[in-house]
Amino acid sequence: MLKISNLHARIEEKQILKGINLEIKPGEVHAIMGPNGSGKSTLASVLAGREHFEVTEGSVTFDGKDLLELAPEERAGEGLFLAFQYPVEIPGLTTTNFIKTAVNEVRKYRGQEPLDAVGFLKLMKEKMALMEMDQSLLSRSLNEGFSGGEKKRNEIFQMAMLEPKLAILDETDSGLDIDAIRIVANGVNRFRNENNAVLVITHYQRLLDYIVPDFVHVLYNGRIVKSGTRELALELEEKGYDFIKSEVAV
Amino acid sequence: MNTVENIKEQLNRLYSDKKESGLHAIRQNAFLQFDKLGIPGVRHEEWKYTRINALFNKEFRFPYTESNLLRNDWQSLRLPGADDAHELVFVNGIFSPELSVLRRPGDLVLLPLEEATNSEQYAKTIAANLGHSSRYAKDGINALNTAWMYGGLFVHVQEKHQTAHPVYIYHITDTRKGNVLSQPRSLVHLGRASGLKVVETFLTIGSQESFTNQVIELIVEEDAQLEYYKIQNDGLHASQVSTTHVRQTGKSFAHTVTISLNGNLVRNNLNIVMEAPHCESHLYGLYLLKGHSHIDNHTLVDNVQPHCFSNELYKGVLDEHATGVFNGKIFVRQDAQKTNAYQSNKNILLSDTATVNTKPQLEIFADDVKCSHGCTIGSIDTEAMFYLKSRGITEKNARSLLMHAFAEDVLENIKLPFIRSYVDQLISERLEFDLL
Repeated sequence: MLKISNLHARIEEKQILKGINLEIKPGEVHAIMGPNGSGKSTLASVLAGREHFEVTEGSVTFDGKDLLELAPEERAGEGLFLAFQYPVEIPGLTTTNFIKTAVNEVRKYRGQEPLDAVGFLKLMKEKMALMEMDQSLLSRSLNEGFSGGEKKRNEIFQMAMLEPKLAILDETDSGLDIDAIRIVANGVNRFRNENNAVLVITHYQRLLDYIVPDFVHVLYNGRIVKSGTRELALELEEKGYDFIKSEVAV
Repeated sequence: MNTVENIKEQLNRLYSDKKESGLHAIRQNAFLQFDKLGIPGVRHEEWKYTRINALFNKEFRFPYTESNLLRNDWQSLRLPGADDAHELVFVNGIFSPELSVLRRPGDLVLLPLEEATNSEQYAKTIAANLGHSSRYAKDGINALNTAWMYGGLFVHVQEKHQTAHPVYIYHITDTRKGNVLSQPRSLVHLGRASGLKVVETFLTIGSQESFTNQVIELIVEEDAQLEYYKIQNDGLHASQVSTTHVRQTGKSFAHTVTISLNGNLVRNNLNIVMEAPHCESHLYGLYLLKGHSHIDNHTLVDNVQPHCFSNELYKGVLDEHATGVFNGKIFVRQDAQKTNAYQSNKNILLSDTATVNTKPQLEIFADDVKCSHGCTIGSIDTEAMFYLKSRGITEKNARSLLMHAFAEDVLENIKLPFIRSYVDQLISERLEFDLL
């Protein structure tokens, strides 16, 4: 589904990604872990198409298409979703209006008819219940005055509404208490099936107790330096990132 | 003959025809003012960024015969909710009783201004209020309207009466036979403890140039409540100077929203004069323009008496070569202690070639007041754009949603649902939102 080959990227003059290789197949959950500054969020940004990041080498294909050639909205249409580490507050735009526009844009891109008002409302209510979100959030401005937990749940709610093929969760657990992590993880687990995939980017292994990965990769200094199964995450938790740093140094 | 000379000649012709009018003295007085002050040029402090004099280089017809516009000609231009509104129609600046509809007799008193001036019942009100706006105008434009003052309208709301229907005022300029200068004039009087909602809009028919120099004076007596909306979405051949003068003579409430979405040159003068203690007023404005349109909002809040409150928020989005001006004056006179006056003007420029000049102007002569002002000029938030695009929303629609969201805290003050959804739709169209 996703194939990243020798990906190099920089922001301004600073080289951040220095040759990433990663392949994700349908039905899989991958986790990328790594210390601060290792390039985790840059990888998420490059995949979603954020401006200011320049890919200097390498390629990314998504279901056979050259992802890097696509605009962010086209990537979303193709089925890529990024749950933001810092969701943006937009005063004056209601959550309902936002999500309705997004759903219908994506449907349009995929050659589907727009959802009618009844169908949309029904879908929205179902997904909100899944995320244990208060209905009152719908008529409020997008993310404005939302708590940290509400913002992250709103991200997963959007994911559930847009039904992507690949969901990238960028530090979705940061700033969440245990209850919120459980709800977020539940949303992700309910979303998972054999046709889609999840890439979890996280600093701590805590979230991985709830969203259990098939593969764990350690990103350090712009490269994946170690890959393994779930046990690798536990090992990191136990030993800290220093052990990776020392291994790499050797 | 140039346009100004032509105007003067036509005014003189009007005066020789209508010497008997009760308006004659005030007209002639204004003529002298106009003669003295002339058309303001860019050296005039209040007209520094708005080149009104260029409009006077063109030939305009200055009609004072009734237009032969038919009902069908403007049916398609009626605003949403019109079936439930009193519809007052001006054609080429002249009130047309034939095209106007009073939804429920007795809800309002409507009289031609000339007739009201001569009526026993209203002569006093008119004498006390007509032309009050000219005290606040230091240029010949207001004087020109007053010097003309033909085919004007008087609206009166009885004491303690809450009108059942809003009033829609249409200013139609029919340019099918050539360029037209029209000068509508109205005086609206809200009796004590009455309530009125007014929507004014401007429409040009035909492809020639129109120039509308409009004055509406609204007198709000004690405990009365005024809601006033101005919707400007005229064509690119339409220019206007539109003066809305609100005089709060007793403790009262005035709520104004000015929405400017299209036009060649649009200059709004909005004056709120709070002459009694404990008046409250709200001034909201949105301008959203592109092409070579020019919008100038001059507002004035005059705090004459203590304990008044005013809140002002104007927001603008300018694209392509559009130019904007905001000038917000707040006067706090010596007696106006405990004044609370707030003002904010926020702008987004969507292109490198759009410009805005914004200027708060506070003149405070009392010492125990709370006043604040602020203005910002920015561009679109790239992180918000990316957020929307990452959800599949196209660049154009994302920008449209963000601009609409930016306007929301002005738009939410449109309390007439039909007008609110009408304006929302116009904005979505203007912003080319294509998922309607």
